Amino acid sequence: MRTLTIGWHRGRLELKQFFRQRESVMFTLAFPVVFMAIFGAIFHSNIVPGVTFSQYFVAGMIATGVVNSGFQQLAIMIPIERDFGTLKRLRGTPMPALSYFIGKFIVVFVSVFVQIGLLMGLGTILFHLHMPTSSEKWLRFIWLIALGSICTTVLGIAFAAIPKSGRGASAVVSPIVIILQFFSGVFVVFTQLPKWMQTFASLFPLKWLTQGMRSVFLPDSFVVKEASHSWETGRTFLILSAWAIAGTILAIRSFRWSNK
Amino acid sequence: MTAAISIRGITKAYDGRTVLDGPSLEIERGEIFAILGPNGAGKTTLVEILEGYRDRDGGDVTVVGEDPQRPSDSAAWRNKIGIVLQNVSDAGDLTVREVVENFAHYYTNPKNPAEVIKKVGLEEKRGAKVTTLSGGQRRRLDVALGMIGSPEVLFLDEPTTGFDPEARREFWELIRSLRDEGTTILLTTHYLDEAEQLADRVAVLAAGRILEIAKPGDLGGRRSKGAIVSWSDDAGEHSEETLTPTAFVLALAAKTGGEIQHLQIKNPTLEDIYIEMIEGAQ
Repeated sequence: MRTLTIGWHRGRLELKQFFRQRESVMFTLAFPVVFMAIFGAIFHSNIVPGVTFSQYFVAGMIATGVVNSGFQQLAIMIPIERDFGTLKRLRGTPMPALSYFIGKFIVVFVSVFVQIGLLMGLGTILFHLHMPTSSEKWLRFIWLIALGSICTTVLGIAFAAIPKSGRGASAVVSPIVIILQFFSGVFVVFTQLPKWMQTFASLFPLKWLTQGMRSVFLPDSFVVKEASHSWETGRTFLILSAWAIAGTILAIRSFRWSNK
Repeated sequence: MTAAISIRGITKAYDGRTVLDGPSLEIERGEIFAILGPNGAGKTTLVEILEGYRDRDGGDVTVVGEDPQRPSDSAAWRNKIGIVLQNVSDAGDLTVREVVENFAHYYTNPKNPAEVIKKVGLEEKRGAKVTTLSGGQRRRLDVALGMIGSPEVLFLDEPTTGFDPEARREFWELIRSLRDEGTTILLTTHYLDEAEQLADRVAVLAAGRILEIAKPGDLGGRRSKGAIVSWSDDAGEHSEETLTPTAFVLALAAKTGGEIQHLQIKNPTLEDIYIEMIEGAQ
């Protein structure tokens, strides 16, 4: 209970910090929106009748938004906090490590929420993105966001152990995210990618999150363009859950309070 | 009542280089204890072992009744200690009040954040963002965060580095007032005057060993050391060490029969004794 209460207070503090850092707000929230606007405007031909590339791309960007807000943000932010001594100071207090993680999760969740709202809003206005058409799809959308956020939060915390310094963190983290975006079929129709890329991407959560978002935002007729001619909803759930569990274990094991 | 901090034969090496070579000491509850030593003496390593940040290689340590390396209940133990770190630059976008209030939530018996802010002299800055604080104000905030949990022991690692003289005096007052409330304070410093002004007892640490533990006034046998009387006459410059400088000068005056040229009587300062000790250790 104490852990949860402190976690809540951490989350509130982190949110204040997040929204006061204009650069990081821009980087995390606005960048995907700008990206979506540019890409969506360049490629707008039909993939199948009734589905434009823009709509396909917006679904992928929504999935990417979850990864940006969680994995990318935390894997860059935590090494910086380590450099600044934030973590060292916190470790010297009775605050449980879990409360710190809860605080991070709150930031990720709020930032996912804002980002997806922006992408959905602009996607609808600019690219005729259709809102989910059934309550079943809405429900799927919600668990995809929830599970995706957990997954990407714990993996971000786990990955934060790798960069040696805060300054180098974004150089390590950003390329990984961009490459995974390409491999997972965010920028290019997944089935048009080389087979080995598809196989490689299938190991990681982003491919499944992207496919899941397409199943929510694209008409069911699009399923013929998917790799296995199915949305693979059950498999998506299992793989994201497996990553969430593995990521939690990794995060707890690898978390470092200091650089030494 | 047991000692607040007790250290016996503590050892620590980094890559085969000895940093701590078996110092032992006991710090009583309610005293200000200073660890004085040159850079690289092992001060920060020692304090970080006491704070639970580093593991020691050997020896025994207890801090408020627990081994910092494996306290029986980590959160309960951390509730009793407060830490003021060196070189922390976190929380820049938050205000003083936001940070202090937030840290108060981590402790089971926190002080009133508004009172703590007032006590460290940041009342006028309570709504200011941390990035806008001066170096001295920043350290005051660090102290506020160290004391917010009503600690029994407060650690201060080189707290006044970079302060102007006025700010240091005010800071010392703050530390004394905490001691008067019953807080045990362990501070490291390389400023002699700080140790002399503030500490009830001082340990001199050099090359990982304790050279002496004493009250600042007694350090290095200071009370029993003679004064240096120096003067000059036609034969040149002279200086003599004596335990009775008054009698010596009277005798000298009688002998000279007039004004003694360039007469100086110098009692050894803490600095003289300290430098002698440190040089002896190297």
